[in-house]
Amino acid sequence: MKILLILPILLPILFSILTGFLRQEERRSNTVAIIGALIHICITGMLLAAVLEKKVLTLWVGNWPAPAGICLVADILSAVMVLITAVIHAAVIVYAGKDIQASQVRAGFYPFMQLLTAAICGSFLTGDLFNLYVWFEVMLMASFGVMVLGNTSGRLTNAVKYVVLNLVATLFLIMSIGIIYGLTGTLNMADLSGKIPLVENTALVNSAALLLMMAFGIKSALFPLFFWLPAAYHTLPVSVSAFFAGMLTKVGVYALIRMFTLVFATHTAITHTTLMVLAVLTMVSGVVAAASQMDIRRILSFHIISQVGYMVLGLSLFTPLALAGTLVYLIHHIFVKANLFLVSGLIQKAGGSFDLNRIGGLYKTRGLLCTVFFIPAFSLAGFPPLSGFWAKLLIIYACLESRQYALAGVAALVGLMTLFSMIKIWSEAFWKPAPQTEFTPAEPATLSAWMLGPVLVLALVTVLLGLFMEPVLRLALAAGEQLMDPRAYILAVQGGS
Amino acid sequence: MEVLLSLLVGLMTAAALYLMLSGDLVRFVFGFSLLGNSINLLIFAAGRLTHTGPPLIDPGRHSLVLPAANALPQALILTAIVIGFAMTTFLLILLFRTYGQTRTLDADEPAFLAELSEADTVHGSSGASGKEGS
Repeated sequence: MKILLILPILLPILFSILTGFLRQEERRSNTVAIIGALIHICITGMLLAAVLEKKVLTLWVGNWPAPAGICLVADILSAVMVLITAVIHAAVIVYAGKDIQASQVRAGFYPFMQLLTAAICGSFLTGDLFNLYVWFEVMLMASFGVMVLGNTSGRLTNAVKYVVLNLVATLFLIMSIGIIYGLTGTLNMADLSGKIPLVENTALVNSAALLLMMAFGIKSALFPLFFWLPAAYHTLPVSVSAFFAGMLTKVGVYALIRMFTLVFATHTAITHTTLMVLAVLTMVSGVVAAASQMDIRRILSFHIISQVGYMVLGLSLFTPLALAGTLVYLIHHIFVKANLFLVSGLIQKAGGSFDLNRIGGLYKTRGLLCTVFFIPAFSLAGFPPLSGFWAKLLIIYACLESRQYALAGVAALVGLMTLFSMIKIWSEAFWKPAPQTEFTPAEPATLSAWMLGPVLVLALVTVLLGLFMEPVLRLALAAGEQLMDPRAYILAVQGGS
Repeated sequence: MEVLLSLLVGLMTAAALYLMLSGDLVRFVFGFSLLGNSINLLIFAAGRLTHTGPPLIDPGRHSLVLPAANALPQALILTAIVIGFAMTTFLLILLFRTYGQTRTLDADEPAFLAELSEADTVHGSSGASGKEGS
């Protein structure tokens, strides 16, 4: 049973070695990677089932006793995130078979993607702060690798921005870890949860907390630390950008949730108020910046930023309902955003460009593409009965419940402006007659079933999430209760050595 | 001893931040490794500096005789050094390859300020496979 905790990390590493050997044969390495991704989904599904049954699972790696060893912990939040990672990874790998060029496969696309998945799962499952840092570094290294595979000039300068800002983030992270270790003498998160409130020097505790917030704020693209994201995402291969857009910022959000519910939950007047202000600024600045863009992928990139704002807003309200809303938002957003990036690749294939000025008229020729864009786009904007509606409703409802009426108003307004951007893409790419440009495809490119398949599946998930919100909501509420009252988590870690 | 080390950490951090904010990416690399080292010293100081024996268990015993030095910060620092080394190497190679394309490493140059997408650089001419720019 406990082995389930480490398998989601070990399996992608194993398949990264396998695909590393096979990287000269693109077809076969794609097949192997798909098989690995499917097994990964099964394992993470079993992990979630086990967590639902037993509440919190722990594994002390190497059997070192608590609190000296490193432990892996899975509560509902971690298990759900790991499962979603596996699903998105599978969808992206299937899509990548037709999207990634042979030269990129030979340069090691599949091994890097598997390592990235392993590192993301590792950061979701670890119960140790220093181990979290190590997984972040593995994740960064793998994402650097995927990012520079293509090696065109636009991409390298943008990669430099991504690399530089993320390296600064990890330095802040390790600096904060050093201070926390000096204050408490432990780095185990459950242990820290008991020891941080006992530290007398609250000024130093709060500075460590704010340093952590800064580190994870860069990772999760909070205002004003988000500049690396729109600079980098639109230059990546489509499947890579979909995986990055779905997962990378969410790891930062997850780390924020974990730290500011479990470890730094006592001085909420400083930490959670700061988070609230940052969340509002993030929501507004992201959505306003998106309105001025004409490149589909840049619009979508800026929307990641504004949506991250919603999640952090839920965290900053710090009630069980708000945290449940954050989790629903995370689930909804990962599926929808990864899907939209994948669809943007299909639009580019069908219309010839990512630039909205150069494309048009897809509504007449591409009925299926319309449908698969329509579902995630209007889910993102919050149309009932799609998943985005429920996610936004929960967050706004939690705002009203906490008597933060202004925040609820901002959240609703940002939703409206999201709708504006989605309608812009819809009317420019689909409804407007195709513009006369120098580029006219000799014959309309056929969209491969391997690329449409994952997109359709993810769109279906969005619809199903919306229609069957009740079980998801029950799961999210259970996770919210668990986060607000971490006693079960702490007991499982301290008693489970 | 702690006071001296704290002052050193502060000085190194200040110098590193100055280098990192100077706008030249080569200086950023130097600032990055300097800051990494100053943080390593910070972790070292966080583990308390005392004049004690090494944390080794004598032959024939089953547990450590206190007082002994704290071994955990050293393990943390060792991990951080290895990771920092890998990151610096990657950064240097990335900057070298970038320099080959842009002929500058000044972050204020247009090559770095413009956030061109590939559609802009290849003018959609290879629309179906916009990823292959060169």
